[in-house]
Amino acid sequence: MDEAGGRERLVSALMRRLINIKPGQGAAFMLGALPLIAIFLLYVQAAAERSAANAADKLLPTLDKMGESLSRVAFHPDVLTGKVLILSDTIASLQRLGVGIGIATVVALVLGLALGVVPLVRATLAPIIATIAVIPPIAVLPILFIVFGLGETSKIVLIAVGIAPLMIRDLAAHVAALPNEQILKAQTLGASTWQLTLRVALPQALPRLIDSLRLSLGPAWVFLISAEAIASDVGLGYRIFLVRRYLSMDIILPYVAWIALLALLMDVILRGISREVFPWYHGKGK
Amino acid sequence: MSEILTFKDIWVEYGEKIVLERVSLSISEGSFVSIVGPSGAGKSTFLRLALGQEAPTRGQVLLDGKALLPQCDPDRGVVFQRYSVYPHLTALQNVLLGLEFAKSPFLGRLYGKARRDAIQTATDMLTAVGLQHNLNIYPSALSGGMQQRLAIAQALVKHPRVLLLDEPFGALDPEIRLEMHDLILRLWAQHGLTILMVTHDLQEAFKLATRVIKVDKRRHDPHAPHRYGSGIISDVTPDKTKPVPLDVTTLLLPSSDEV
Ligand SMILES: Nc1ncnc2c1ncn2[C@@H]1O[C@H](COP(=O)(O)OP(=O)(O)OP(=O)(O)O)[C@@H](O)[C@H]1O
Ligand SMILES: [Mg+2]
Repeated sequence: MDEAGGRERLVSALMRRLINIKPGQGAAFMLGALPLIAIFLLYVQAAAERSAANAADKLLPTLDKMGESLSRVAFHPDVLTGKVLILSDTIASLQRLGVGIGIATVVALVLGLALGVVPLVRATLAPIIATIAVIPPIAVLPILFIVFGLGETSKIVLIAVGIAPLMIRDLAAHVAALPNEQILKAQTLGASTWQLTLRVALPQALPRLIDSLRLSLGPAWVFLISAEAIASDVGLGYRIFLVRRYLSMDIILPYVAWIALLALLMDVILRGISREVFPWYHGKGK
Repeated sequence: MSEILTFKDIWVEYGEKIVLERVSLSISEGSFVSIVGPSGAGKSTFLRLALGQEAPTRGQVLLDGKALLPQCDPDRGVVFQRYSVYPHLTALQNVLLGLEFAKSPFLGRLYGKARRDAIQTATDMLTAVGLQHNLNIYPSALSGGMQQRLAIAQALVKHPRVLLLDEPFGALDPEIRLEMHDLILRLWAQHGLTILMVTHDLQEAFKLATRVIKVDKRRHDPHAPHRYGSGIISDVTPDKTKPVPLDVTTLLLPSSDEV
């Protein structure tokens, strides 16, 4: 009976156009997991084959090997410093990332609002921000190193300078695109420019800022790891580039997976905050 | 009745294109004026002038005898066809907003007793438009008619000298429209409002307004239609003792002395 129902559904699915066949929640989850599982299995298979052919293979380390190296290098307190490497790397990287992103977000919020709301500010600052935005941030990294030294500052500045222009422009465009009716209406309700910014533009800018922050996380990681690769003595990017000299895929791969996990987590948290705090933005009228 | 809003020999031009020419009109306090006319005739332009969204190329708009600054101010309330309410605020917050702007210049928010008083005022206003059961709902969850009710409440809580409406019921179903007619007539009478309303619907204009103004081109040059602007081609006071006639177009034919 169940089988007949399944067949019926299958037949009805096949008769519709492809664009109209939508997976349910469970099916979507399964479909999404499929490529991940496939890649994982492929890797395990390939690693096993290579290690059978050559036990000293470095390119595709088996899971056992990775676990072993990780516990030796990353999880075990270092004899010299007494610190757990992966922990201190993670803390250092997240700190740089957090401060850099934080600065970029605050700057984007203030400038984005000012540009979006006040035509005079837009006329004055939009061209220079557009100019800065087209400069590849990595190209100014040497300048940052010269100006701010090789310490934390230049890495943080790189992240902030790298992602801020886009966030500013996105937010300014979003605020400027608020229906003119809203702006006129606020004035008929007696709003000053400041009150209008605070009560009309700001609350509608915030969820958009979170969106653009989520999109900027990827580039932010790129800038972080680039800066760490070039000049650092701790950090996830630093570690990866350090062990590269010894072809230590058994360290690099778990580090990359760990970075991916951290990035994913940040994205999920930001999305959750947005849905919780701005229900109206996600089409939930309560 | 005293004059509240006066248009003095107004011209509106956009570059080569003349939209309004030689428009003079004075509106007395407490009247309900409806502006009708074909699409593109300049009805909304008329309203934008009164709102202060635009300044005329020539001429003056006076409110209570004083020339208007070309910006919107709280002595003129407005309801547009759409986008009049804030999607990020609940119904109550939407109406509170005008009260908060007035009393809290820096934060734009009220606290404590001031807030409780404002909530009372806003709730009364929402009750007057029939939204007392939807105080804490976001506009996206309100129907089109309810959103317009909210927009009206939001404007009226500021007690504007003139209420400007640009096709406020244009996007609503016929039945909801009738409900809105009752509502706006009731509020107009209760609050002693002066209303200037643009509409496409002649029946609506004659049913609601104490004065119907038709805006259209007086002259027409077939080779250069943009050379002539629109003016007021008829100015009619509907007889409120009789029902609205089925065909009202004849009532709006240009009066001979105008041409
Ligand atoms: N900023 C502008 N620049 C140039 N032309 C404009 C501008 N604003 C309006 N117009 C023109 O002025 C004319 C009158 O516009 P208006 O919006 O007042 O018409 P309307 O009578 O309200 O029409 P509708 O019934 O379609 O709303 C139109 O031809 C329009 O194209
Ligand atoms: Mg119009």
